[in-house]
Amino acid sequence: MANQSVTTESPLVRWLLILAAVGVLTLFLLLPLFAVFAEAFRRGWEVFLESLHEDAALSAIKLTLLAAGVSVPMNLLFGLSAAWLVTKFRFRGRAFLLSLIDLPFAVSPVIAGLVWVILFGARGWFGPWLAEHDIKVIFALPGIILATVFVTFPFVARELIPLMESQGSDQEEAAVTLGANGWSIFWRVTLPNIKWGLLYGVLLCNARAMGEFGAVSVVSGHIRGKTNTLPLHVEVLYNEYQFSAAFACATLLAFLALVTLGLKSLLEHFSGQKSGGGH
Amino acid sequence: MKHSILLLSLAIPLLGLSGCGKKDAASKSVSLLNVSYDPTREFYVDVNKAFKKHWQEKKGITLEIEQSHGGSGKQARSVIDGLEADVVTLALAGDIDVLNKEAKLLPADWQAKLPDNSSPYTSTIVFVVRKGNPKAIKDWGDLIKPGIEVITPNPKTSGGARWNYLGAWAWANKEFGGDEAKILDFITRLFKNVPVLDTGARGSTTTFAQREIGDVFLSWENEAYLIEKEFPGKTDVVYPSISILAEPPVAVVEKNTEKHGTTEVAKAYLEFLYTDEAQELAGKHFYRPRNSEIGKRYAAKLPELNLVTIDADFGGWAKAQKTHFEDGGTFDRIYQP
Repeated sequence: MANQSVTTESPLVRWLLILAAVGVLTLFLLLPLFAVFAEAFRRGWEVFLESLHEDAALSAIKLTLLAAGVSVPMNLLFGLSAAWLVTKFRFRGRAFLLSLIDLPFAVSPVIAGLVWVILFGARGWFGPWLAEHDIKVIFALPGIILATVFVTFPFVARELIPLMESQGSDQEEAAVTLGANGWSIFWRVTLPNIKWGLLYGVLLCNARAMGEFGAVSVVSGHIRGKTNTLPLHVEVLYNEYQFSAAFACATLLAFLALVTLGLKSLLEHFSGQKSGGGH
Repeated sequence: MKHSILLLSLAIPLLGLSGCGKKDAASKSVSLLNVSYDPTREFYVDVNKAFKKHWQEKKGITLEIEQSHGGSGKQARSVIDGLEADVVTLALAGDIDVLNKEAKLLPADWQAKLPDNSSPYTSTIVFVVRKGNPKAIKDWGDLIKPGIEVITPNPKTSGGARWNYLGAWAWANKEFGGDEAKILDFITRLFKNVPVLDTGARGSTTTFAQREIGDVFLSWENEAYLIEKEFPGKTDVVYPSISILAEPPVAVVEKNTEKHGTTEVAKAYLEFLYTDEAQELAGKHFYRPRNSEIGKRYAAKLPELNLVTIDADFGGWAKAQKTHFEDGGTFDRIYQP
């Protein structure tokens, strides 16, 4: 109520603005979310549970968790090292490296998938060598993981770089003068400063890893029950007129997104309390 | 210290999970991969069940049959790029020809290895219209009337759409006594009535049946009955006076089966498609069985029809592809988006 004296607009204008905001929010966010859940439960609970219990769905869920479970920790390491390197040191080619990190954001996911086919496909650069040694990359788990890692690479690094840049390296330099070695500087000085940003980046990275469609679609081969991830499985089911089952799997993805968002706001709450926030 | 524990707990699943992945790739069992096109999924689920039982009884071997589905041309591309199909069951011979031409995955004479052009079942192109046929669409000639919206996928990307195009061509060829100018004019006007060109048959089905766009959908016969099943009471199937015999062929991808040691079972799998049991399943899923005895049983649903063939009327797929669908072919000349 204290705000009233601050705003100069008439109540009508304010209500119209609020109405417009709520309208846009409903149309673009709430309605689609509602539609997903409504479609999923249209034929009742049993059909919903059955479609998640089906072998192909279970294997898609497993594959999605596996791909995310491998690519997220990898990108956690890559992102952390990249951010550390770029922000704590000044060297030649640093600007180039910075834009290289953004590359996966800039290229279309289809290209992100096709590059792996060009490299590791049967007729790709390393294809004959891989075939000789009976190593499958494309149309198998490694290809799916490679595509996911590529697409989700920037999330952790992009989250950390501005944060670490704004913090500078004063504290690390102080630690060096006190005789700390590199490892303990990292654990005791750097990491505590960036932990919220890091977790936030990991969450975003995970959300995208589970939801990635384009790049994974190119390298998957769409073998049912084997190389279909959850987003691919949703498309397959939709094309097979199994709308309820498709939306049941879609609710799983939506649910994962909601959990991620919930965790994210929790994190923001905590990081706001503890470190003043990096965002 | 708390943080190191946190990081460790993140790293442990990573190690564990990557271990799992390796084990999966290493363990070998007798499995077959059937790479097919979009509308065959339900059919092959049933075929696989029957063949697994058959192979178990005959050889005492438990089989695992995996399926991959997508647009026919795209699937062929994936097999060339290393998707290790043991058998391919695609929408048209041209898509299997490229496996020989581009990557020598099977011999050039693959289509002579099995009876009936290696096509154990056939299909054709029919019209799907709205319930009661409100626009009174009876034959190909009705498609160019003003105000009729025709739904078909893009012949550049879809196998089904190429059959559609040739079906229309065959009708016009008969109607105008082979006068190419008139045929081209007819096809041009037909495509003027097409509001959207989807890339694949399933995309077009969704456009017509789910989004309810268009008055008539040029469709695979089996897809037409699938729509009837999925959207009951909304559509009717109309048989035109003439259509085209579509022969979706099957083949063993020999280079892959030799590597997997599955040549024998892959051959047996495709031969199984010609048995009474599998022919029955084909009819059940609205494909036309090759076996005429079994075909008769499904004649009420899949009636006798005046059908032209790709070999007799268009000089085979290689020629039809070149004349009509490659860059600079008739389709490029008549279609302006």
